[in-house]
Amino acid sequence: MWERVKTFASEFFVTGDPLIYGADVSIVITILGIVIGLTYFNKWGWLWREWLTTVDHKKIGIMYILAAFIMLFRGGVDALLMRAQLAAPEMNLLPPDHYNQIFTTHGVIMILFMAMPFMFGLFNVMVPLQIGARDVAYPFLNALSFWLFFSGAMLFNLSFVIGGSPDAGWLAYPPYSGIMHNPGVGQDFYIWGIQISGIGSLMTGINFIVTILKMRAPGMKLMKMPMFPWSVLSSCIAIIFSFPILTATLALLFLDRYAGAHFFTLDGGGNPMMYINLIWMWGHPEVYIIVLPAFGIFSEIVSTFAKKKLFGYKSMVYAMMIISILSFLVWAHHFFTMGSGADVNAFFALTTMLIAIPTGVKVFNWLFTMFRGKITFETPMLWTMGFIPCFIVGGLTGVLLSVAPADFQFHNSYFLVAHFHQVIIGGVVFGYFAGLYYWWPKLFGFKLNERIGKWAFWFWNIGFYLCFMPQYALGLMGMTRRVVTYGWDKGWWEMNLVSTIGAGLMGIAFLFQVWQIVYSVKHLRKDETGDPWNGRTLEWSIPSPAPVYNFATLPHVTSQDEWWEEKQRRLQGHPAPAPVKIEPIHMPKNSGIPIVMSMFWFFTGFGFIFDWLWLAIPGLVGVAACMLVHSFNYDTDYYIPVEEIKRTESAIRGVTS
Amino acid sequence: MQHDMSPSHADKNHGSLKSYTIGFVFSILLTIIPITVVMSGWLAGKASAIILMVTAVLQLVVQLIFFMHLREEKKPRYNLLTLILGLIILLVIVIGSMWIMMYNMVAL
Repeated sequence: MWERVKTFASEFFVTGDPLIYGADVSIVITILGIVIGLTYFNKWGWLWREWLTTVDHKKIGIMYILAAFIMLFRGGVDALLMRAQLAAPEMNLLPPDHYNQIFTTHGVIMILFMAMPFMFGLFNVMVPLQIGARDVAYPFLNALSFWLFFSGAMLFNLSFVIGGSPDAGWLAYPPYSGIMHNPGVGQDFYIWGIQISGIGSLMTGINFIVTILKMRAPGMKLMKMPMFPWSVLSSCIAIIFSFPILTATLALLFLDRYAGAHFFTLDGGGNPMMYINLIWMWGHPEVYIIVLPAFGIFSEIVSTFAKKKLFGYKSMVYAMMIISILSFLVWAHHFFTMGSGADVNAFFALTTMLIAIPTGVKVFNWLFTMFRGKITFETPMLWTMGFIPCFIVGGLTGVLLSVAPADFQFHNSYFLVAHFHQVIIGGVVFGYFAGLYYWWPKLFGFKLNERIGKWAFWFWNIGFYLCFMPQYALGLMGMTRRVVTYGWDKGWWEMNLVSTIGAGLMGIAFLFQVWQIVYSVKHLRKDETGDPWNGRTLEWSIPSPAPVYNFATLPHVTSQDEWWEEKQRRLQGHPAPAPVKIEPIHMPKNSGIPIVMSMFWFFTGFGFIFDWLWLAIPGLVGVAACMLVHSFNYDTDYYIPVEEIKRTESAIRGVTS
Repeated sequence: MQHDMSPSHADKNHGSLKSYTIGFVFSILLTIIPITVVMSGWLAGKASAIILMVTAVLQLVVQLIFFMHLREEKKPRYNLLTLILGLIILLVIVIGSMWIMMYNMVAL
């Protein structure tokens, strides 16, 4: 019996690597710490009522952002391990199979479990406030989306200590990701982790499209909407059309692995190239999905800190919509070398180059917004200023890559690695940081420390250029991506060392950010105004942090940048609009079903990964039961009485009522 | 919350018994036809594949008209617009994949 347990455990848990034993210990200590802390302070009830069952978009957004930060840490540690391994030739820090797992998890985590939740977090915290709504269109669905993402992410992360991580690259190309070459459970963790969180992403896409189209404050025509909701709309359109492709593709891969199908195998009529073709139909729109909201954030920040109306509002809207559609027409540029013939490559090279046009329009819009503005350089603006040159260089190297004949040289080299990190860090990560710093006071009621924030910014920026500029040259010198080591004779050592130092600086920058948050909480200086940046849009017209119902009375919008215009009118001596009579507010009730249902999904996924039907089938039954229970639950909403609204308002606004 | 703002369900008719019956008969017919064609072996190869695809597309149309109430939507017609965009992207996916993969028959 003991022998059987031992054999099972040695296969079930990942063994033999001191790094992983260290991680095991730290995971157990963290979990114990959380459990003991919650029990000691008697906070379980609070956690359940206030956070785990909440349907409040602001709290869900905060949970998304927190999860994204944890994932940023994990993905960042992966990146630092890789850079340490490549710091000098013939290093033996990581064995090749472990290195494969690390670059795979780094990619998957950073895109799907860091960028996506960070983006959804910003959607959640800001879109309803900016359009003058009291919640999203489907609050229950929103909570379910979050918990599905969370259980998918946890499932994926579990692979690192249980069963073994996936190692077939972030897009898991077959035949290597097929059962024949990859018989372990790592790829199954990949499939189920992404599938479960993918359902959540799709639902969030639908939720925000409906929210933006149907729930804007009275008077807010689409063309009077702030730019961030526009970018969310364009991003969500791409989500609802591209995520089904991902789900279908991974489902086919699952059938190949689980049921012995032959969609992507080399024999039996399958074709692995078809997988590459399908996955990039999702993969390319995906990068625009994550970068478009960043464009929206920059537009808000530029016009706030230049104190000017956004230049070329309409062209910005059209540019974003065109990008979200055009992103579906370029996918083959990821596999020019597949050999689809000159016609195909020429077509996709041209469509790729076309995307540079609307993107260029946006850059000029930001520059012209700043032109003759009274610019101040607080941290959100600093990130925006860091973004523009970085993204332009990244975009231009992208245009170089889009030249199909030249791509045969760049393909899968460090030139490509440097390019996509430049657009994703320089565009997406800088954008989300800018957004987080900008909206932090609205979320928590205080500003983050500017001085430490500037240190973090410069460390990120200098670290970024030190890390990735040498990689362009290394790529042209012939260094291919995913190599675990290289010889002394290659002449790649010096630049790799510089690159590793840059990565280290970015790691320090992350620590600065954590310190910045801790420091700002400790030396808390409450923002009483609710409008610390002299903002322009509706979210700044309410107290921070926003009350649970957001707006005591729904605002009536007459112009773009409504709050700015309102402030101008008040400065010119026009009386503030007469207070509208407060009415009871209709709000959604909390629900425990999303978290329970996601737990069942987790068990289903885990069961399928290990081929334990005794776990997978009860999991699916649980999912169905949760759906039924929710379908017959009519007690989903309540009214906040006028008295309570008045009390809350006077408490947060001081004595204004 | 969604009760406040989303289009309310009370103010428009959601089809009649007649339209539901017609829709049901059509969708049953469009299910029986492909099954009989395959099971009885009347047609083989390309002909049966064409029948399957045509009935599948018709089934989609029946569902959209009789059960999804596509015709009854008020302006602005977001559902119709989304459907058209979805169809365009579907065509891009199918035609694009066929075009790209035409040169990649090495595995067959």
